[in-house]
Amino acid sequence: MDNRQKEIDNLKDYKYGFSTDIENIQAPKGLNEDVIKFISNIKKEPKWMLEFRLKAFERFKVLKEPDWQKPKYPKIDYQDLYYYSAPKSMKDKPKSLEDLDPKLLETYKKLGIPLQEQARLNGIAVDAVFDSVSVATTFKDELTKQGIIFCPISEAIQNQPELVKKYLGSVIPTSDHFFATLNSAVFTDGSFVYIPEGVRCPMELSTYFRINASNTGQFERTLIIADKGSYVSYLEGCTAPMRDENQLHAANVELIALDDAEIKYSTVQNWYPGDSDGKGGIYNFVTKRGLCKGKNSKISWTQVETGSAITWKYPSCILKGDNSVGEFYSIAITNNHQKADTGTKMIHLGKNTKSKIISKGISAGSSDMTYRGLVDITSKAKNSTNYTQCDSLLMGNKCGAHTVPYIKNKNSESNIAHEATTSKISEEQLYYCQQRGLNPEEAVSLIVNGFCKEVLQQLPMEFAVEAQKLVGISLEGSVG
Amino acid sequence: MKEQLQKDFDNSIKNLNLSQKDIEIKKFCLDSFIEKGFPNRKEEDWKFSDLNQIIRNNIGELSFYNDHTSTNKVDTSVFVNGLEHNKIVFINGRIEKIDFAYEKKDQIEIIDQSETINEFKNSNSLSDLNNAFTYKCFKILVKKGYQLVKPLIIYHTSNSKIWSKNINLRLNFELDRDSSLRLIDLFKDTSEKNFLNIFYNFELKENAVLKNYKLDKFENKNIKYSFNNIDQDKNSISETFILSNGSNFLKNEINCNLKGIYSSAFINGIISLNNDKHHEIRTTINHLTENTKSYQLIKSVLEESSKAAYQGKIFVNSDAQKTDGYQLSKAILLNKESEFNAKPELEIYADDVKCSHGSASGSLNDDSIFYLMSRGLSYQQSRELLINGFLLDVVEKITDSEIKNLIKNMIGIKE
Repeated sequence: MDNRQKEIDNLKDYKYGFSTDIENIQAPKGLNEDVIKFISNIKKEPKWMLEFRLKAFERFKVLKEPDWQKPKYPKIDYQDLYYYSAPKSMKDKPKSLEDLDPKLLETYKKLGIPLQEQARLNGIAVDAVFDSVSVATTFKDELTKQGIIFCPISEAIQNQPELVKKYLGSVIPTSDHFFATLNSAVFTDGSFVYIPEGVRCPMELSTYFRINASNTGQFERTLIIADKGSYVSYLEGCTAPMRDENQLHAANVELIALDDAEIKYSTVQNWYPGDSDGKGGIYNFVTKRGLCKGKNSKISWTQVETGSAITWKYPSCILKGDNSVGEFYSIAITNNHQKADTGTKMIHLGKNTKSKIISKGISAGSSDMTYRGLVDITSKAKNSTNYTQCDSLLMGNKCGAHTVPYIKNKNSESNIAHEATTSKISEEQLYYCQQRGLNPEEAVSLIVNGFCKEVLQQLPMEFAVEAQKLVGISLEGSVG
Repeated sequence: MKEQLQKDFDNSIKNLNLSQKDIEIKKFCLDSFIEKGFPNRKEEDWKFSDLNQIIRNNIGELSFYNDHTSTNKVDTSVFVNGLEHNKIVFINGRIEKIDFAYEKKDQIEIIDQSETINEFKNSNSLSDLNNAFTYKCFKILVKKGYQLVKPLIIYHTSNSKIWSKNINLRLNFELDRDSSLRLIDLFKDTSEKNFLNIFYNFELKENAVLKNYKLDKFENKNIKYSFNNIDQDKNSISETFILSNGSNFLKNEINCNLKGIYSSAFINGIISLNNDKHHEIRTTINHLTENTKSYQLIKSVLEESSKAAYQGKIFVNSDAQKTDGYQLSKAILLNKESEFNAKPELEIYADDVKCSHGSASGSLNDDSIFYLMSRGLSYQQSRELLINGFLLDVVEKITDSEIKNLIKNMIGIKE
């Protein structure tokens, strides 16, 4: 009997076991301590890192999945997911641009993405002249000269254990909410940035320049530390449509700004939103949080959210240092059956702290958009101010736009102002544009771009141009 | 609390002549309340005011049985002078007097509806509590085309006979076509540490006009919850004014359903608090059909360690095109211990709408104080002048001049 049992176990191992094929290493399905140990092991992580993960997992076991959000989704079976899977081999990838979906190519064309870039996005090998690796290495040299560390977080865990140990989980603790805790337990990779004291990062840092940046998987972890008096601008994502076989994306992003430091974090997200009937599409459940730890520090979030079936995220600022500043600029566009529940949290703890929230939501088709935000001025945050403006634009009577701000003021020396409006594109504006020769779609795109201008201005130059086009493309088919 | 509820419920039922079916319904409501208990901060609508905790800290154990067999003497000194009016007098939750002396008798009907069933679409447990324990419920019907000559004042009075009691009240109003009613709710308590739970239901037919003024002016240590449900038909207008000032805790909730085209709702409120009072106004305006309008203005002045909250929601159904919804809340915090929380909410499913909200909170403007002081006013005078002006803005929204003057005198606002 025992022998028989062993045999069955062996068979099981074979079927679900750890495959050592270099091109396709995969953890078994499901979530348990073994899987976490497997991930930690394959990344050759030190013991403290494994403990960090296991602690998070312990906590995860008792947490309940939140259900207060507006967009509802079918229940996710967390035991039915793969938590580690190495990048796909070259064999599975398309050989040339001709193999790609013509619709996708059309979108690239509209966005004005160069051919080489299109190829890179789809994992097609590019010719030597345009090898992005060589471009990246030149940048890397310059960064190293300044003492800036910019590498995958798995590398940082090996090479910069002190920094990682000190800051990882200091803004999003392992005991945080459901998805953040899940990420802490099973995150696979992501970026690590450290800007030394007094250094102004000479270029916009982007995952684009980081080798091995693609396929970091569904549980990404980013940690950015700006030491005293430093400055960094970080770009995440790109305007080109991204497809991914993983449906659930639960990334964690932690920012830490010390005295006089400034971090600018820009996101353009255009993941697969599902087809026009709302089937498929990515769930984007990301936890982003910044801590203004030092005096006079500043964190600024800018986001352009056009993709994903469900976007559910609240990039937040904890304004702990005196005179610190938090900013949040957001454009969220939903079309067809997309749903978004996004906004920010500004938590004022230090004196003379300031925050500003500009949120622009546009919903079209049968989509649903919610701005949900919190402004909390605590009793110690003397002389603090907040200004919030959330505007929504509706196109068609099948979509919805909602605003749910929470405003808490516990300090008589602080001021909060909040404004919100909801309206539609006026007939006069459309008529005026069309009279001057624009077709209805171009007219809408122009008007919407004007509506979003305040936020688009905050994006770095190279992003802004593409983002502007993206805004127009995202709304295609919503008029008429 | 469970045994107390059961015991008091059995005692209350004994005094009422109810059919078996009504008892069943009341029992059902009681069980539902026992299961849910008083609302607490875990419920979204009670996030800023944890009633369960407030009752526990201020009252402790409540008892729910009220002996309504004996009459109370009506103290005429509480009546408002200088304004001729009709009266309904509640003493300790018992209706003592209904007097429509100024009106045509055949135009107003008072219907005893004591055997009411739960018709409130309010999911909170307080409606269950109210249903289980209300002892008498009247419906006041204003007939077609009749406009009341004088306002109706409902006196909510209580005396020191009651202590640690829960009192449940329920009134229904129906305003038939083209009718109008001016209604003042006046709270005057000499009792302490009781919990009042008041439910009103208004039904406004075509062209009906309702003006409701809820005045909680006099200092008292009671805890109150008041819920108004207003259903509005075509062309009807409702105007609600709230003065939230005297009670230890008060939550006013207005739920307005704009069901007919061209109907409109106006809500104006003042929260003016001192000591450690805690008040809240929560409004929900449901725009259910096209061409409806709503307007809300809430201003708060908070002294000492008082706390105020405003939760306002504008809901626009997908059929409700051409909706015009507006909401503004402003608060002045005068002391570093005071606190103001707001949750102005928009939920919109129609595209051709004009909806906006604004919310601001902060201290008195230093520049304005400086300006006034440089013109010879003392700091105290300047402060009063500014607050006066701040609140006058809301009072001026009252459309009835007689009642506007009454309220101005009551809060001592000068022009």
